[in-house]
Amino acid sequence: MMKRLMNIFKKQSDLTTILLFAAGVLTMPIWLDPIGANYPDLLQKFVIFGIFAVGYNILFGLTGYLSFGHAVFLGVGSYTAVWSFKLFTMNVLPAMLFATLISGLIAAAIGFVSMRRSGIYFSILTLAFAQMFYNLAYSVLIPITNGETGLQLRMHDIRIIDNYFSDPVPGLPSTEFFGMSMNGYSGFYFCAVVLILAFYVAMKIFRSPFGLKLKAIKSNQHRMRYIGSDTRPYLITAFIISGMFAGLAGALLAVTDPLAGAERMQWTASGEVILMTILGGVGTLFGPLIGVGVIKYLENIFSAINDAVLHNFFSFMPLWAENLLVAITAPFVGEGWHLTLGILFMVIIIFLPGGLMEGFQKIKTRYLTKSMKDSESTTKQE
Amino acid sequence: MSDKQNITRRQLIQAGSAVAATPMFFTKNAWAAESFANDPGDSATVTLGFNVPQTGAYADEGADELRAFKLAVKHLNGEGDGGLMNTMKPMSLTGNGILGKKVTYVTGDTQTKSDAARASAKRMIEKDGVIMFSGGSSSGVAIAVQGLAQELGVLFMAGLTHSNDTTGKDKRRYGFRHFFNAKMSGSALGPVLKEEMGTERKAYHLTADYTWGWTQEQSIQETTEGLGWTTTAKVRTPVGAGDFSQFITPVLNSGADTLILNHYGKDMINSLTQAVQFGLRDKQVNGKNFEIIVPLYSRLMAQGAGKNLEGILGTANWDWQLKDEGSIAFVKSFGSEYGFPPSMAAQTCYVQTLLYANACENAGTFYPPKVIKQLEGFKFDGMGNGPTEYRAEDHQCFKDVLVVRGKKNPQSSYDLLDIVKEVPRADVEYDASIFGGELGPYIV
Repeated sequence: MMKRLMNIFKKQSDLTTILLFAAGVLTMPIWLDPIGANYPDLLQKFVIFGIFAVGYNILFGLTGYLSFGHAVFLGVGSYTAVWSFKLFTMNVLPAMLFATLISGLIAAAIGFVSMRRSGIYFSILTLAFAQMFYNLAYSVLIPITNGETGLQLRMHDIRIIDNYFSDPVPGLPSTEFFGMSMNGYSGFYFCAVVLILAFYVAMKIFRSPFGLKLKAIKSNQHRMRYIGSDTRPYLITAFIISGMFAGLAGALLAVTDPLAGAERMQWTASGEVILMTILGGVGTLFGPLIGVGVIKYLENIFSAINDAVLHNFFSFMPLWAENLLVAITAPFVGEGWHLTLGILFMVIIIFLPGGLMEGFQKIKTRYLTKSMKDSESTTKQE
Repeated sequence: MSDKQNITRRQLIQAGSAVAATPMFFTKNAWAAESFANDPGDSATVTLGFNVPQTGAYADEGADELRAFKLAVKHLNGEGDGGLMNTMKPMSLTGNGILGKKVTYVTGDTQTKSDAARASAKRMIEKDGVIMFSGGSSSGVAIAVQGLAQELGVLFMAGLTHSNDTTGKDKRRYGFRHFFNAKMSGSALGPVLKEEMGTERKAYHLTADYTWGWTQEQSIQETTEGLGWTTTAKVRTPVGAGDFSQFITPVLNSGADTLILNHYGKDMINSLTQAVQFGLRDKQVNGKNFEIIVPLYSRLMAQGAGKNLEGILGTANWDWQLKDEGSIAFVKSFGSEYGFPPSMAAQTCYVQTLLYANACENAGTFYPPKVIKQLEGFKFDGMGNGPTEYRAEDHQCFKDVLVVRGKKNPQSSYDLLDIVKEVPRADVEYDASIFGGELGPYIV
């Protein structure tokens, strides 16, 4: 009985995976509530950066090509989406469509050049492109990006489609999906559905012959070439796909909050998605999402903990112990959350090179082998 | 009477009550005419959000702002010596929180980035349920979160933000600014520049590349060109650049005799220090001494720039050496709490918090539209800048502006600025319509 259950567990079909995943994502407001992460903005960030990381993992996880400039597509997606809100309509669908297409085009251009090299040279090329876009956004592209202030909606934007059908309302319009507001929880559920779709696409790619080819490129590209398989088209396709995922994530950032700033394209933002992927587990389906959760949680919740909160937390102790513990923990929270992240990252790299997913896998195998032995011994006894 | 109108009284009442009940059933709190975001309701406390830069080029200002906010909360709750609550007039505050509710607060780090600031502000509004949030140090951030305030219907009392746009083309009904702006800096600085540097100079601008830098450059250029100066070049520099030498070298050979640094925070400390190291101040150009002007600077920046700031002209919103009743009370209160005098960023944040609390007391509610109406056109005194008015048309405070100069022989590490002139409010006032923009609706 136990064995059969385990077999089902092992041979999860794609359908059960996606259903479990959908259930997990859609119930986030419930199971994230106890740890103080249940509010729309953070939930939205979880799922949006989830899309970003899932897309990044298609490139880095499958082919092993470490792109250091993926935030470019995030930024391009955001700018495109905001321009779609300004020029055409506040409906989010065209914005997402344009953002995905345009970031795909830019990914094709960057990928065409960068994919001529591999390894560290590829990383440096993508980093150079990212830095170039970032600096352009602050200099010659200011008419498009509005520089440091960021691109925002104005009351007198053209909005051809919206203004054709209805008179402008007083105040700034807000983004909508056929009447559904993109603020608060409805915005989260919308992004969550997009994440589930994106995850499904990524899963299909992982399990397709195309995905297999990408994995083969990762394990030995020379051998691939020797057997007469041209790897470049596959690599560029993977790069474009992952760029489009990032563009979609960028568009959703603008959907939930119609503002685009160039800091989204800074190299630190590209570094963040690498951290997320490695922290969770490179090349695994769920790993990057777990990485997103950990980093965004630290960034938003840990960074807001101040001394007063700590004193409150330790208030059950005698005063001297309370003060001591507050003094010890204070450098790791608030503005020191980067320190916590750094330590966590080091621990994981040293002890679990496969990320948190490797940790789960270890626990799972240990538990499974143990219970399997148990069930075997019980069978013998019978 | 025709047959068609054969409706009994009973049916009519039933139909009527059904129609009346429907919207109430579907809209939460529809029976309360004044439902609004984060209504504290029956709660014993009310939460304010303080969103300041704790990291980045403006972190020093942010830290001082946070000190001021904490002090303001103390005073509102009737702890400490009461600070400006002893001198503010007219005042409805009682030292018993706001409207009888104890004031608590949450903090956040804007990182001087619009994205991070909005995420942090959203956390405060959505998770912590703040009824008002404040903070600043970058106009780009202030404008970004002010837009958010309008969208979500939570008041934003801007801290340090000096761009004309904050209460100009990007003004919002839910945003208020006590601090002065670039336009006022230009008007205040003009006469002093004319007196000390004459009417024939060539100015070279180095400008922080975002809304504040742009508007300050524009306002100062208008002022200096009004005096008869010419503008040699206007060069934009990235925020947080660290090294400005590549921008300063061209100044040497440009033929300009005046450098105007539209930089703030650590950027200004770096660029000024490098300009002095490059020997700009020892130069003679066109038969005149080369001069540097920093249109906006604070005591915190003076501490960072040290000797390099000696003799350099600029403007300030407030200074701890002012001798009016309000300033003395605030310096005493802040000094006894933290052991050093407050910066102008601290003063504006403290005053903003008290002004908001006072407006709630006056309105008798936290309902934002009513609080906004109390703040619009509010006239007050005893807060350190003389008689002040919150102009209703653009939510900008009008008050006296200080022209300051870096002190030659400072007595202590805080005594760094000389007040050259207190420019009266009438000299810096301007028409609210010149910048355009719209405040937007009261009810969102």
